[in-house]
Amino acid sequence: MAKGYQRPSTLLDRPWHFCPGCNHGIAHRLVAEVVEEMGMVEKTVGVGSVGCGVFAYEYFNFDGIGPSHGRAPAVATGVKRVLPDHLVFTYQGDGDLAAIGTTEMVHSAVRGENITVIFVNNTLYGMTGGQMAPTTLTGQVTTTSPRGRGREQGFPFRVSEMLATLEGAAYVTRVALFNPAQVVRAKKAIRKAFEVQMQGLGFSLVEVLSACPTNWGLAPLEALKFVEEKMLPTYPLGEFKVPEGVKA
Amino acid sequence: MSEPILMKGNEAVAEAAIAAGCRYFFGYPITPQSEVLEQLARRLPEVGGAYVQAESEVSAINMVFGAASAGARVMTASSSPGISLMQEGISYIASAQLPAVLVNIMRGAPGLGGIHPSQADYFQSVKGGGHGDYRLVVLAPSSVQELIDHTVLAFELAEKYRTPVMVFGDAMMGQMMEPVVLPDTEPYPVHRPWATTGMKGGRGPNIVHTLYLPADKLEQHCQRLFAKYAEIERNEQRSVQYLTEDADIVVVAFGIMSRVARAAVEMAREHGIRAGLFRPVTLWPFPAAALREAASQARLVMAAEISMGQMVEDVRLAIQGRVPVTLFNRIGLVPNPDEIFERIRKEAREVQLVNG
Ligand SMILES: Cc1ncc(C[n+]2csc(CCOP(=O)(O)OP(=O)(O)O)c2C)c(N)n1
Repeated sequence: MAKGYQRPSTLLDRPWHFCPGCNHGIAHRLVAEVVEEMGMVEKTVGVGSVGCGVFAYEYFNFDGIGPSHGRAPAVATGVKRVLPDHLVFTYQGDGDLAAIGTTEMVHSAVRGENITVIFVNNTLYGMTGGQMAPTTLTGQVTTTSPRGRGREQGFPFRVSEMLATLEGAAYVTRVALFNPAQVVRAKKAIRKAFEVQMQGLGFSLVEVLSACPTNWGLAPLEALKFVEEKMLPTYPLGEFKVPEGVKA
Repeated sequence: MSEPILMKGNEAVAEAAIAAGCRYFFGYPITPQSEVLEQLARRLPEVGGAYVQAESEVSAINMVFGAASAGARVMTASSSPGISLMQEGISYIASAQLPAVLVNIMRGAPGLGGIHPSQADYFQSVKGGGHGDYRLVVLAPSSVQELIDHTVLAFELAEKYRTPVMVFGDAMMGQMMEPVVLPDTEPYPVHRPWATTGMKGGRGPNIVHTLYLPADKLEQHCQRLFAKYAEIERNEQRSVQYLTEDADIVVVAFGIMSRVARAAVEMAREHGIRAGLFRPVTLWPFPAAALREAASQARLVMAAEISMGQMVEDVRLAIQGRVPVTLFNRIGLVPNPDEIFERIRKEAREVQLVNG
C-alpha cells in the first residue's frame, strides 16, 4: 500500500546542497514529480534563478536554463514564444522575483505570458546570507534590518494578492510546506498551474512559503512553526485567482 | 537578384533579419531605432514568427537569451541608452555562448544626450560594456545596403561561433533612404544540438548556464571562450582601403563617417595631397595588421569619428607609435567632407607635405 520514498525520474540522484531543514528541496521535488506525472519530461524547460535555487538545473532531469538575477520570467518568455507547446516554468526566490525582478514578473503577467512561476518566499535573501527582502515580515530581524524591519524599511510585499488584480494572470495561489497536508496541497497547486499553462490560459504563479532555518536562526522544526505562526498572518494561504472552467 | 528598392535604414535592418531567417524579435521603442521594431511587429507574424514588445531593454535582452537558448535565430535592436541597459544580458549571452544579433542605432550621448548620429558607443561595445572577460563581434556598415549585408553576416557569424554579434548603425543611417537589394540567398543553417528544446529522443538534459563556482572550471571556461575569440580574430578581420597604397596621410573612419572621409580624401587628391582612407569594417576584431600595413609609408594617420575619440585608441595600438596619430572629431552631426578636407590640408602643411 504505502509507497516508500521514491525518486522521480525527473530528479537526478544527487545530494542536495541545501541547509538542513530548508524547504527548497521539497519544492524542487514537487516540481519534478508533477513534470513526471504529466508526462512532460520531453517537453519541459525549467528556468532557474539566482539565489539558493541557482543549481536547479543540476537536480532536474530535463532541460534547464540558468538566467541572470531576476530575469527568469523574461528568459522564460523567450523560450515559450519559440516553443509554445512546451511546459516552461521559472523557479525564483523572493529577492529574485519580488525585488530585482519585479518588472519582469509583473509584465509577464500583464502580457498573460503562458508560463508558470514557482515563487519560493522565505522572507529574505538566503543565498547572500540572510539580508532583508521586500517580503521580510514587519519587525523581522535580518542582517540588514538588525533592529527589526520597521517603518523606514517599508512593508511586506504580497505578490500573489497584487498579481491577482491583473487580467493576464490566470492562476495565482499561495501554498506552504510546513506539514505533510500542506505539501500535498502545494503539489496540487503546481499541477494546476502547469495545466493552466498547457491549456494556454495565461500566466500562473504558485507562491510557496518556505522555511530558512539557517538565516532565521531557528532549528528546522522551529522554522516550520515560524512559517505557520509568523508568516501566515501576513501571507494567508489560498487561491487568489482561478480561471473559469479549469479542469481539476 | 531582386530589383533595387528604396528603403530606410531601420526598415532595411528588419527586412534583412527576416531574409536571414530570424523569426523572433524582442525590443523596446527608442528613437532613432523604432522603425526596426515597428517593421518587425508588422512583418514577423506574417512569416510565422513572433514580435514581443518588452517592458524594458533589460527584459528584451533576457528574452533574447531565452529564445536563443530554445534554438531560435533571434535579434534585438535599440539605441545607445537602451544598449546600456542590455550590458548585463550581453555578458550572460556571451558566457552562455548563445548566437544572437544586436543592433545599435547609436545616438548622441552621454546621458539622454540627443537623437543625433553618434559613434560614441565604441568603447562600450568594442571594449566590453558588460562585466567580465568576453568579446563582442562588432560590425560597422556604412550604407543602407551594408546595413542589410552586415545584418545577414551578423547572423552567420553568431551561428558559426555561438556568440553575440553587434551591428553598429547611427541616427543618420537608421533614418536615411537608399536604393538596396535584399538578399535572396538561403539563410545560414541553424544547427544547435545543445539548445534547450525539451529532452526529446532520449538525450540527457541540455543546460544553458553561466555559473562556474569552482575556480578551475571558471578558468577553463574563460580559456575556451578566448580560444574561440582568437579564432574569430584570425578569420574575421575585415577592412576596406581606398587610395592607401601611396598615401602620406591615412584617414581611418568607420560607418557613416567613412563615407564623408572618402569624399574628403578625393578632395585632398584633387589638391595634390596624397591622402587615403582605411575603413575598419569589423571594429572587433579590429583589423590592426591591415591598418599597420596600409599606413606603412604614411607620414600621418588621422582617426575621424563622431565621438570625443574612442576608435583612435585602437588606431594608436595598431600603429604602435610608428607615425603620429591625430584625431578629427565632431559631436552631434555628420560633418561635411570639406571640414575633414580642411583638416587634412592643415595637417599636410604641418607635416610639410605641401607648402604654405
Ligand atoms: C545583479 C545581481 N545583483 C545581486 C546579486 C547577488 N545575489 C545573488 S542571490 C541574491 C538573493 C537571492 O535571494 P532570494 O531570491 O530571496 O533567494 P533565496 O536565496 O532566498 O532562495 C542576490 C542578491 C546577483 N547575483 N546579481
